[in-house]
Amino acid sequence: MVGQEVFLEYSIKIGGEAGQGIQTIGDTLARVFSRSGYHVFTHQDYESRIRGGHNFYQIRLSDKPAAASRDRIDILVALDRESILFHERELTDSGIAIYDSSTLNETHEKPQFLDIPFKELAIKSGGDRIMANTVATGAVLGMLGLDTEILFEILKDTLKKKGEDVLKANKKAAIAGHGFVIKNCLQCSFSIIPISKPKMLVGVNEAIGLGAIGSGCKFYSAYPMTPSTGIMLYIAGKAKEYGIIVEQAEDEIAAINMALGASFAGVRSMTGSSGGGFALMVEGLSLAAMTETPIVIALAQRPAPATGFPTRTEQADLLFALHAGHGEFPRVIFAPGTPEQALYLTNKAFDISQKYQIPVFILTDQYLADSQWTVEGIDLERLVYNDYRIRGDELKKLSEYKRHAFTENGISPFAVPGDSRHLVVTDSDEHDEEGHITEDGLIRMKMVNKRLFKKLPFIKGEISSPYLYGNSSPDIVITGWGSTYGVMKETVDALSKNEKIAMLHFSEVYPLSSIDKFDYLNILGRAKMTICVENNATGQFAQLIRAETGYEFHRRINRYDGRPFTLEEFLGELNAHIG
Amino acid sequence: MPTLDDYKGQIPAWCPGCGNFGILKAFKEAFVELGIEPHEFTIVSGIGQSSKFPHYVRCNTFNGLHGRTLPVATGVRLANHEMLVLAVAGDGDCYGEGGNHLMHAIRRNISVKLFVHDNQIYGLTKGQASPTSMEGMVTKNQPFGVLSEQLNPMVMAIALDCSFVARGYAGDQEHLKGLIKEAVNHKGFSIVDILQPCVTFNNVNTYAWYGQRVYHIESDYNPEDRMKAFQKALEWGERIPIGIIYKNNRPTFEERVPVIKDTPLVSQSFGLNILRAITEEISREFY
Repeated sequence: MVGQEVFLEYSIKIGGEAGQGIQTIGDTLARVFSRSGYHVFTHQDYESRIRGGHNFYQIRLSDKPAAASRDRIDILVALDRESILFHERELTDSGIAIYDSSTLNETHEKPQFLDIPFKELAIKSGGDRIMANTVATGAVLGMLGLDTEILFEILKDTLKKKGEDVLKANKKAAIAGHGFVIKNCLQCSFSIIPISKPKMLVGVNEAIGLGAIGSGCKFYSAYPMTPSTGIMLYIAGKAKEYGIIVEQAEDEIAAINMALGASFAGVRSMTGSSGGGFALMVEGLSLAAMTETPIVIALAQRPAPATGFPTRTEQADLLFALHAGHGEFPRVIFAPGTPEQALYLTNKAFDISQKYQIPVFILTDQYLADSQWTVEGIDLERLVYNDYRIRGDELKKLSEYKRHAFTENGISPFAVPGDSRHLVVTDSDEHDEEGHITEDGLIRMKMVNKRLFKKLPFIKGEISSPYLYGNSSPDIVITGWGSTYGVMKETVDALSKNEKIAMLHFSEVYPLSSIDKFDYLNILGRAKMTICVENNATGQFAQLIRAETGYEFHRRINRYDGRPFTLEEFLGELNAHIG
Repeated sequence: MPTLDDYKGQIPAWCPGCGNFGILKAFKEAFVELGIEPHEFTIVSGIGQSSKFPHYVRCNTFNGLHGRTLPVATGVRLANHEMLVLAVAGDGDCYGEGGNHLMHAIRRNISVKLFVHDNQIYGLTKGQASPTSMEGMVTKNQPFGVLSEQLNPMVMAIALDCSFVARGYAGDQEHLKGLIKEAVNHKGFSIVDILQPCVTFNNVNTYAWYGQRVYHIESDYNPEDRMKAFQKALEWGERIPIGIIYKNNRPTFEERVPVIKDTPLVSQSFGLNILRAITEEISREFY
């Protein structure tokens, strides 16, 4: 089973009502662990409300790369009664739950419970009730045997604006929680120390934002919608520093049309939404295609139809993204499974959309959007930037210019309006080479050939092969795309001792990469058992593979309760298939 | 200096006698008089007979979707606020399909010059009622007559404190030319609602109908008085005022966006070295 050779591996869950500060505790602890050199994975589960309800934040830290959440937890920080009610059974044999009996109005006598007066200690430290969170954070560090030095550094950063007094009181509160546990938690048997240099801890929405800013995105227009909003917020936070306009549009229709206007005028543009908002953008997607205006669209999926589960996760918009938009036109769909992939694929999305003047999607989901991972660092050499526009003197020198000129590879010269005397004309109607409305059937066919058939082989050539991880001639292949990366990878790690097993993960899902580069169909064809793993009801990727290649997976594992796959549950289900 | 020849575009596909011809003529003359060259501005249009306009002008053109003129124009203007950006739409396009965008473009006060060819009917789809069709007008699609109240775009624009609100008439080209020039020279969002006879589908609001009713707003009228402007804008029926109804000096959206204070977005340089520097700089925050 999992964890046999693992030297160190803990999971911590912080549960409570919305508004109690579980995210503050979670983010702070996760940062302490990543700065201590541990691999960290976090994920959140919350309801669609601002106050009340039951939410949790789960952190896994390990001295090996961690890519998914575990079902069992070692430390439970219970800020409400539901945390105990729902999650007590998840505690490991040596697991401990901490709570404040004065807040929960109940006492637990079992040895696995430790009553810590979070509130009282906070007030005694010279702070108010809200600092109970800092007491709890200090307490967790005390339970793990980690000192408060790194926590103090983090508090110094996060409380910079609140003044010296607040910082001092918070430090005192952390020490109070830490000290209380050292003295009173006799059953605490955890032990961690800083093990290496700090690691980068980053979420997928931040990674997409960073990738966009780094790729020269100058314009982001969107309408807020969970779970995509984080991308807009991140870019808006950096807008002033890096010269970006972030405009909150009146609706998603305006959002995509504004982005297309800015793109037409010469700047790299992006929009983002979730399924419902993207449904409104669909007309604009088709406009992007007809006018050959580049655009990057982040589509963060959540369970649907309609409003669905607003704060939960699903991978059910793959075929929607693939088929959205009236008419026939090329598009590219990326589905990162980690923050690293999100960063590099966002960069690639901008490059490809500019190069071929097409829409490119970055498909994520709530699970990814609200997760954080440790990353070793960014390989700057992997990032690309090419300006595919004809600008300034180069444009002025041309004797004539046609925005939609027929060319060998289907890519027309792309100028910036106002840069020269050459006019840049485009139309949502079928148009001639200059961009003017036409009714001519022959021109229409030539335009379709140019936009679609001529570009397609080049676009396909840009797509990287899926990632094969594990055994190189496997008996069992688990296949997936996007956010199932982590759980599939850990599954392979867990089973590879006894099984010839591999993961085939697609982060560049459409068009499918050429099998001339890497014949993944051959790998699948030779395996005894192939399983397609998806966070949706109908197996959309399995359908796509069948439609594009004719290959049919032996089995499918689908989860569609709005929750992500977790490792132990997934292993259980997989075992039922492979016996 | 440009001449009328510089503005010779495609051959119009409008019906003979269409009010759009008068608007096109006034527009070209205005631009020649303003001394603006074709490459110095962009027209964003939607879908409808009016939206074929930029093809007949010769200029940078984004002929987009029905109703979506203003968001595209907003994007163009924010990417390059040194470029003059015009939006040309019809009454169905701008007041029906794109009504929400109009409201918010006015709120933003983005410096886009909007010309609405308002023929009070749907021409391209052959004669259905538009938001500005008069109550009771019978069409094939409204056999009991139009049941909804006629939209008054001028009153709506003034209510939103639009920075330039004017009405013109396609049959009075000299006057219209003046309005177009005023709108272009105004700093801020400008709407010019242009009454335009549809000779094929609108049998009510004809050249004769408008001719009997339109009058030039008095020379001593003060367009900066908002309450008076409401009164003026409410006039419809026996007498219809044309001219500048309301204007103010609200700061524009572009002026208030700090990142384009010195340089338009489109002129801000970028490259591989900048990309790598930025990425490295930002990624430090994640440790």
